[in-house]
Amino acid sequence: MENRIIQSATRTNKSMKINLNNNPEELSHDQLSVQELLDVKKFTFKMLIIKINDKLVKRDDYDNAIIHDGDKVDVIHLISGG
Amino acid sequence: MLNYKDILKTKCVGIAGCGGLGSNCAVALARVGIGKLIIADFDVIVESNLNRQYFFIDQIGQKKAYALRDNISRINPTVMVEAHDIKLKADDIAILFKDCDVIVEAFDLAVMKQMIIETMLAEMPDKPMVSGVGLAGWGDSNSIKVKQTGQLYICGDSVKEVSEEMPPLAPRVGIVANMEANVVMEILLDKKI
Repeated sequence: MENRIIQSATRTNKSMKINLNNNPEELSHDQLSVQELLDVKKFTFKMLIIKINDKLVKRDDYDNAIIHDGDKVDVIHLISGG
Repeated sequence: MLNYKDILKTKCVGIAGCGGLGSNCAVALARVGIGKLIIADFDVIVESNLNRQYFFIDQIGQKKAYALRDNISRINPTVMVEAHDIKLKADDIAILFKDCDVIVEAFDLAVMKQMIIETMLAEMPDKPMVSGVGLAGWGDSNSIKVKQTGQLYICGDSVKEVSEEMPPLAPRVGIVANMEANVVMEILLDKKI
């Protein structure tokens, strides 16, 4: 029992659960900047709109905006055509 | 008892771009009796546009914003149309569309789509915006959907980008343009009927 508690405590320190584009996602980091998330998920696409908890993250803020456990993150890929 | 026409005739919709998405979406909204449309485009009609855009062969060479206003007035003259021959920049968008109930993103290039969505989310995050993303080619109708995040509604397949082999064509562009108009109606009539 004690073991399990310690284990789960270590686990929360090292991972987080977020909702990415409406899908639950578990990441082995306790927090990530937007840019780090893009690197981890290998989103290399240039034309993106990114929102954390429905708030826009401007492109200049990708390194500073931090994603925490429980956040809702939307990464929208924009492509040409109209 | 209100019907949909009583509500729509009091509403104003902004449409950014008068190409394949914008011209077809505007015509759909005009046919159902929207009160006012504010439309903007800087481009001129060329022959290759006629594979999908709501213009006629004798309009080649005309400005899209003004030609679309003319076509709407032939379909439903009760719609007020404010047409702007302008290449929209971030600064203009908040001013031009500030009194609209909903804004439709109907640009061609991804970089322009990003510009207007970022501007809207930063400056008017509570105003509903309907965008078209992923409409190239033909077939695969069932991949076209609406995705909502906050007040932003994305219509399209989110995947198929235009290219030489995968041009934008009337059927699929028309589906997305009319889907945008359908989402606009849904937003405007929500909980009112």
